Amino acid sequence: MCTTPRVVDRLLVMEAGQATESVPAANGERLKEELSRRPWLGAIGVIVLIFVALVAGHGLHDVAQTGINGLSLGAIYALGAVGLTLVYGILRLVNFAHGDFLTFGAYMAYLVNVTWGLPLVVAVFWAMITTAVLGLLFERVLWGPMRAKHAGFLQLILMSLGLAFVLRAVFTWFWSTEVRVLDVNVTSTVEFLGLRIGQTQLVVVIVGVAVLVAVGLMLRLTLLGKRMRALSDDLELAETAGIDTRRVINYTWIFAGALAGLAGVLAASITDLYPELGFELLLPIFAAVILGGIGDAFGALAAGLLIGVMTEWSTLVIDARWKTGVGFVVLVLALIIRPQGIFGKAKAI
Amino acid sequence: MTLAVTFSSLTDVDFWVSVLVLAGIYAIVAVGLQLNTGFTGIVNFGMAAFMAIGAYTMAILIIKAGFSFWLSLPCAMAASMLFGVLVGLPSLRLRADYFAIATIAMAEVVRLIAQNARGLTGGNQGLFCDINNPSNCYTNTWNDLSDSINNFISNFWADPPSLLPLLIVIWVTLGIATFVLMRLQRAPWGRVLRAIREDEDAAQALGKNTLRFKLQSLAIAALLGSIAGFFLALDLRTVHPLDFEPLVTFFAFSVLILGGLGSYPGVAVGSVLFWFVLEGTRFIDLPDPPFTETRIAAVRLAITGLLLIGLMAFRPQGLFGKRQEMVLGE
Repeated sequence: MCTTPRVVDRLLVMEAGQATESVPAANGERLKEELSRRPWLGAIGVIVLIFVALVAGHGLHDVAQTGINGLSLGAIYALGAVGLTLVYGILRLVNFAHGDFLTFGAYMAYLVNVTWGLPLVVAVFWAMITTAVLGLLFERVLWGPMRAKHAGFLQLILMSLGLAFVLRAVFTWFWSTEVRVLDVNVTSTVEFLGLRIGQTQLVVVIVGVAVLVAVGLMLRLTLLGKRMRALSDDLELAETAGIDTRRVINYTWIFAGALAGLAGVLAASITDLYPELGFELLLPIFAAVILGGIGDAFGALAAGLLIGVMTEWSTLVIDARWKTGVGFVVLVLALIIRPQGIFGKAKAI
Repeated sequence: MTLAVTFSSLTDVDFWVSVLVLAGIYAIVAVGLQLNTGFTGIVNFGMAAFMAIGAYTMAILIIKAGFSFWLSLPCAMAASMLFGVLVGLPSLRLRADYFAIATIAMAEVVRLIAQNARGLTGGNQGLFCDINNPSNCYTNTWNDLSDSINNFISNFWADPPSLLPLLIVIWVTLGIATFVLMRLQRAPWGRVLRAIREDEDAAQALGKNTLRFKLQSLAIAALLGSIAGFFLALDLRTVHPLDFEPLVTFFAFSVLILGGLGSYPGVAVGSVLFWFVLEGTRFIDLPDPPFTETRIAAVRLAITGLLLIGLMAFRPQGLFGKRQEMVLGE
């Protein structure tokens, strides 16, 4: 749509950006300035306000109880969103098949856990490995060749949609539309500080949050993580800087696939498993991607958790059947107020 | 394992009429998408919402508010267009990919409301004709009209198919929509839309209020969506949240892509081909097992998916599209 400025220009722009940041603000405008520089401060402020209002209205116990539910849901959203946002940022691919990657992981876990009767831990690893391989396979067969052809945005988005249909058809062929459950303990609960937490749910929260922290550290500290973020920020610039982009792209697919597979298993263990499972999770995941800023992995992590918690908190105020709308409302509000995401800078949007 | 092909349904006129009714409805939706995606460069993933608003507003106004059929139609069209403008105002300023996600989210919000505002929409039961109170039914006026059309036709053709009047009305509407849009496309208005598609910044630099043109394009698509919604409601005789899933929009996109971007008449041909292929799977008498009912549905979904992938990979301009009209995305 717009012409790409040359690399040198962009470097100049970056320097100029750093220079303007040190200009002191007028006294009265300080808060506004601070908010526009660190918009997530505003987001935290809003969350704290909502939290205080909910505690005042419904008591700490209810808020904490729904908050735990929200964390398990949010961990699933966040795990799905990290991979989706990296693929989106790096390859400019709006992958509508990402939700079906989650479903694929869940069915792979079902195969190991229920059909073959092996422990769930084995199933989780199997799901992560196979979904990663699936991601890599489509990169080789579809996305790589399409990039070589310089396919446009619409071509890629419709192709991913077609892929989503094919995957869902495969699930329906082998496992029918029947609602299935993984072999997990859904009845026993743990008492903790007066809260009743389902055993499986506790495991989901712990595994989800632990993996998210590990992912965050990996992106922040390892060379591969830095390269992924560099590619997501600006592919051409990263290539100019001597990064082997093809290798990083392959790793990104492995990474995105494995996390999607894990998210799918976690989703199937706290709810049910059916062919549309992933597609129903896809829109809140997209909401997390946009709220976090496209291509921003940390943003996606935070936004995923946030949307999960907000969704469950909403049940304190409105009927639970409306809660799936919370993700959409957050998405629409984000698009109207801050389309570049809570952490993003205003680029070409 | 034998694959038997039954030809009995090949000569079944009722069956073909119902396929063509479906093809006509989807062609109307896809013509709206052609205007948006093919000629304005905005990827509208929310057509199902416009159809839902058209169908629900019509049925609710007739059943709950006592409107006449003929008054409910323009009201429902206006509601759908208004909704399109309200959605477009914030989201059309954004990049094409954001707009696509925003519109699909908006369509899901509409479906969520249809599912949960039970008092108004009947929730998961949907809206349908109450057998105990047949006078209060949104299809009544249409049924009378349909009967009189078929009475007239029976002068030439004994015992015409019951869906024939709907088929005629749908395809006449499609013809008018195609004709008007083709004329508009050749007018200065249509040229501005194409300029926006090719380079919005340039169109803006020439002093065009591009947001206004894009809003108009979206509103016309919303109008066509609501009309398709009426026809779907009259065809199915119920208005149900499941009939307005995102899949409906995506099927319409498949129709659009098959026909080709940048060609209005191509859309109608694409729709007929698409539905003949999908419904054609019924002719092949597949053995059960392994071909259960759900598996045949899965095969149809897989065909649609492979069609999209194949077209995008090898012939992105579709059957009748033009390469030079494919300036979409970056």
